[in-house]
Amino acid sequence: MENVQKNIHTDEMINKIPVRLLKNKIYKGLFLLAALFTFILLVVLLARIFSQGASHLSWDFLQNFASRRPEQAGIKAAVIGTLWMMAVVVPVSLLLGVGTAVYLEEYAGKNRMTRFIQMNISNLAGVPSVVFGLLGLTLFVRVLFLGNSILAAGLTMSLLILPVIIVASQEAIRAVPKELREAAYGLGATKWQMILRVVLPSAIAGILTGSILAFSRAIGETAPLVVIGIPAFVAFLPKSVFDSFTALPMQIYNWTSRPQEEFHFLAAAGIIVLLVILILMNSVAVWIRNRYENKY
Amino acid sequence: MKKIKVLTGLAMMSTALVLGACNNTSGEGNAEQSAEENKQMQGNIQIDGSSTVFPIMEAVSEEYMMEQPNVKVTVGYSGTGGGFEKFIAGETQMSNASRPIKDEEKAALEEKGIDFTEFKLAYDGLSVVVNKDNDWVDSLTVEELQKIWLDNGKSKKWSDIRKGWPEEEIKLYSPGTDSGTYDYFDEVILEGGQIDKSAVLSEDDNVLVQGVTGEKSGIGYFGYAYYLENKDKLKVVPIDAGKGAVEPTNETIESGEYAPLSRPLFTYAANKAVAEDEAVYDYLKFTIENAGSLSEEVGYVKLPEEEYKKDLETLEGLKK
Repeated sequence: MENVQKNIHTDEMINKIPVRLLKNKIYKGLFLLAALFTFILLVVLLARIFSQGASHLSWDFLQNFASRRPEQAGIKAAVIGTLWMMAVVVPVSLLLGVGTAVYLEEYAGKNRMTRFIQMNISNLAGVPSVVFGLLGLTLFVRVLFLGNSILAAGLTMSLLILPVIIVASQEAIRAVPKELREAAYGLGATKWQMILRVVLPSAIAGILTGSILAFSRAIGETAPLVVIGIPAFVAFLPKSVFDSFTALPMQIYNWTSRPQEEFHFLAAAGIIVLLVILILMNSVAVWIRNRYENKY
Repeated sequence: MKKIKVLTGLAMMSTALVLGACNNTSGEGNAEQSAEENKQMQGNIQIDGSSTVFPIMEAVSEEYMMEQPNVKVTVGYSGTGGGFEKFIAGETQMSNASRPIKDEEKAALEEKGIDFTEFKLAYDGLSVVVNKDNDWVDSLTVEELQKIWLDNGKSKKWSDIRKGWPEEEIKLYSPGTDSGTYDYFDEVILEGGQIDKSAVLSEDDNVLVQGVTGEKSGIGYFGYAYYLENKDKLKVVPIDAGKGAVEPTNETIESGEYAPLSRPLFTYAANKAVAEDEAVYDYLKFTIENAGSLSEEVGYVKLPEEEYKKDLETLEGLKK
């Protein structure tokens, strides 16, 4: 009896093997396709941009202001404007973002109020960027009379990326082992000393990685800038944060919508410059992560 | 040690700040060097409005700032409506428009006590185009255009428009409803009616060009400059407004023969800014004097000479 039963099972098993192996292969293929699809898309995009734009990249392109003549047009004002804007975005969003995260993780009690704030932050992360543009237009441009200045744009962009920075910082702070905090208390540290000397240094890798990804988003966003009325033609460099300016995405968007094909090539060259800046920033993020990771 | 690491991190974050500051000083140097010729003016001029007019103003500003590097001109492209919104809020001294100002915009300006003057800069001929392989359409009358573009709840075939044309469904491509281009088409062709709901709307005219290029039974309309740039990919449709079919060319647009789709492009200036700010007056004068040649250079059509003369007289009147 036992023998027979065993044989039946063996047969069944043997029968099923090809199907199981086939399934295995199909799923492997499907996932490979999914991965390849994204990859190919990226390659096609990059190839297109580089084939169109690479020949238009030159020192003049970086040194000239915008122009109606494609061969004389450059992105000096846009690059410098973007750097100025980031000079506002980086300190403002870091201070506000990390401050909020520290408060929520270290100080706030686990009550309704905290949950309410937390929920709102998560929701803010999903709000379309145009809405932040409208907020910036009403609050910074009109109510606070900042006009379409670097400061107004920088503050708007800071608000836009704040939720991401807060959430990333919270995750990083939460990942700091409890033992480290307790050890600090054990040595007689106050809460502030513990946060400053133990929590923040060990969370800094996570905080900065998340933040720099958020800064990359601020560099690439166009919609809020269009809404708050950032001009596209600016042939001077700003002298303070209260000056008008233009930014890379504005310039690129303007060039892509022009009728003359030459401008589309310039847009591609502009995108390459934007990509280089983004890659530089992301490499800094990776470098920081590797340098500070697992020190504790 | 830990403190030092935090500081290094912060120092890196402020690199952007330092970079900005460095470039700033070099910018000042440039301005001083070239500020030695003729009468130099100072000032800030903020311009916003139509993205159609943007290339003209970009060209004007580029030339102007070579002569007057201390007058800081900025030009935006929020669209005709968006531009007027900023003009009404008093944030800009000049507002570009690809259609005449609307009554409600006029009322809002009046309420704010902002007097303004309209200046014509150039003409644009809205060009109706079909696919290169479309061998049946040789011209369209205004009524046929209306039949094609107005919504009647059903899809339309070319054979519905004129007898003998193929039984193929018409695919429509139109600029987005926020654009001055749409507003103008709405005024002269749709006359306030509902545009066909199956029409593909896009704010980017290059998307429309691609649409019509790739669709044999497609039809679209957009600014003259976009047609000129894609002449070899598209077929332009001569428009018959009762006096025979007229194709858009520089001559027919300038003479007004290409009707009703030839439209003027404007800039609106705040009277107070012209009267009180020498730089705004000077810039506007420069604009009117050069709009003709510069607009041709960026793909539009210049106005007849008298129009610019009239504009200049109006401007002198504002100066007092």
